[in-house]
Amino acid sequence: MALTPEDVAKLAALARIDLTGEELQHLAPQLEGILEAVASVQQVADADIPPTSHALPLTNVFRPDEVRPSLPREDVLAGAPAAEEDRFRVPRILGEEA
Amino acid sequence: MSAAVMDYDEALAAFDPVMGLEVHVELSTASKMFCGCSTAFGAPPNTQTCPVCLGLPGALPVVNRTAVESAIRIGLALNCSIAEWCRFARKNYFYPDMPKNYQISQYDEPIAFDGWVEVDVDGEPFRIEIERAHMEEDTGKSLHVGGSTGRIHGASHSLLDYNRSGVPLIEIVTKPITGAGARAPEVARAYVAHLRDLLRALGVSDVRMEQGSLRCDANVSLRPDPAAPLGTRTETKNVNSLRSVERALRYEITRQAALLREGTPVTQETRHWHEDTGTTTAGRSKETAEDYRYFPEPDLVPVAPSREWVEELRATLPEQPHLRRKRLLAEWGYTELEMRDVVSSGALELIEQTVAAGCAPQAARKWWVGELARRANETGSELDALPISPAQVAQLQQLVEAGTINDKLARQVIEGVLAGEGEPAEVVESRGLAVVSDDDALGAAVDAAIAANPDVAEKIRGGKVQAAGALIGAVMKQMRGQADAARVRELILARLG
Ligand SMILES: [Zn+2]
Repeated sequence: MALTPEDVAKLAALARIDLTGEELQHLAPQLEGILEAVASVQQVADADIPPTSHALPLTNVFRPDEVRPSLPREDVLAGAPAAEEDRFRVPRILGEEA
Repeated sequence: MSAAVMDYDEALAAFDPVMGLEVHVELSTASKMFCGCSTAFGAPPNTQTCPVCLGLPGALPVVNRTAVESAIRIGLALNCSIAEWCRFARKNYFYPDMPKNYQISQYDEPIAFDGWVEVDVDGEPFRIEIERAHMEEDTGKSLHVGGSTGRIHGASHSLLDYNRSGVPLIEIVTKPITGAGARAPEVARAYVAHLRDLLRALGVSDVRMEQGSLRCDANVSLRPDPAAPLGTRTETKNVNSLRSVERALRYEITRQAALLREGTPVTQETRHWHEDTGTTTAGRSKETAEDYRYFPEPDLVPVAPSREWVEELRATLPEQPHLRRKRLLAEWGYTELEMRDVVSSGALELIEQTVAAGCAPQAARKWWVGELARRANETGSELDALPISPAQVAQLQQLVEAGTINDKLARQVIEGVLAGEGEPAEVVESRGLAVVSDDDALGAAVDAAIAANPDVAEKIRGGKVQAAGALIGAVMKQMRGQADAARVRELILARLG
């Protein structure tokens, strides 16, 4: 499967990474190499080997529905790039009309 | 720009609508889906957050057991199969309402799938197939600053409150709903109302549409006839009341019909419903599932509900709504027609609670489906959003039965309770609405009425007892409706009999 610079540009846009044309040219073959490595693992995986998403053989790890203390608001907002009216302040959200 | 629309009947004569409904339900667990933060509604902004629901590096989510139980119970109540093994998935997108830059959801392995419900549309059953019900987490709330109406358009920046971020959410998705024809908007409304009643009976959610704990996204597409392939659909968001579900679908059908009639294809997109104008406008173009780059959530192990657990949960399900309606109809002695009015005005639960608070079923029905439904209608709100509780209605009826107030005065008491003046008894007190049955006060009014109507008095003396009505009316008028009519009658007859 050949990855084109256009594919990489789309992935970059979805990941909000701003890449120059030169960087796209540079990264496309690298990502291609990663896909090839995964493909070689897939060759080994037979139908009798279930796909693994988790390393631990566990299911049903739950916690009881109990309220625990939240963080103090000052601490929470201290991590915000900007705050206003006790809320996180972010730039205008583009690309959407409402 | 307001798009052209076609007349509704004309649109339905030319096209067959197909709907799909996605309903999001916030669970009423005490804590969030993956952390111990409180889910209480209305707390000051950003006071119910922690490293997990803020997506801080290194924080690890742990699943709320009660939320999984609620999800399974919802699935069972929707006649779904429950997955023997399923995983959470990351839905990746960048939007400030999700500080992690992904939402933990379920993708191709929902906890519940392939169900159905039968809803009541004007007394007739309509079956709706359920595709799936899956678990996910709610997003934060954004406030857009600088725009004219709090909308994104024209806003200079946005403010985020993450209290809601991570609240357990169940998304219930229907299969395409076909065969509804012109009744499609009503069917959609009946379905959402049915879900609301069902979820409330399950006790898993507050199901308050006005507070956003029950939200509906409505998809609709048109095709020339039922044999044609499905048309291009739009998804309308921000549909936050039963009335809006119906109105938004009606509007969208007439808008799409106008486009198709002039040969313009419908664009697949998200649209926003505007309650004030009764129209929808285009939102961002819909991301494809691929763009979300779903993958199994590595921080959470799979959920594998044992069949024993599922059966235990099945045993906790409440009575099915249609069986419950049948039972209550018999218990309360309503007619079919009365029951239909009760259900369609959304008063069933309210009446049940009012009866439980000691009110006679017919009286409870009279208040909720009569005076209160009228007031809800006037203000465009749902009946259960009125600021009066079933216990207060029961109290009101007690005051009527005790003779403290009559029906006419009770309407003024309702007005007072709705205006936030306190409990019914307090409103009676503060507004001075109690019926006067004190003989001195009534006697004076009766004497005045007799003196003012000598000819009527003469008739009664002559044995025409039914003429007393005219004197009772005169006394009532003089006492601004607050006289005890039965006592007034006795006093008149005692004087003239
Ligand atoms: Zn938290």
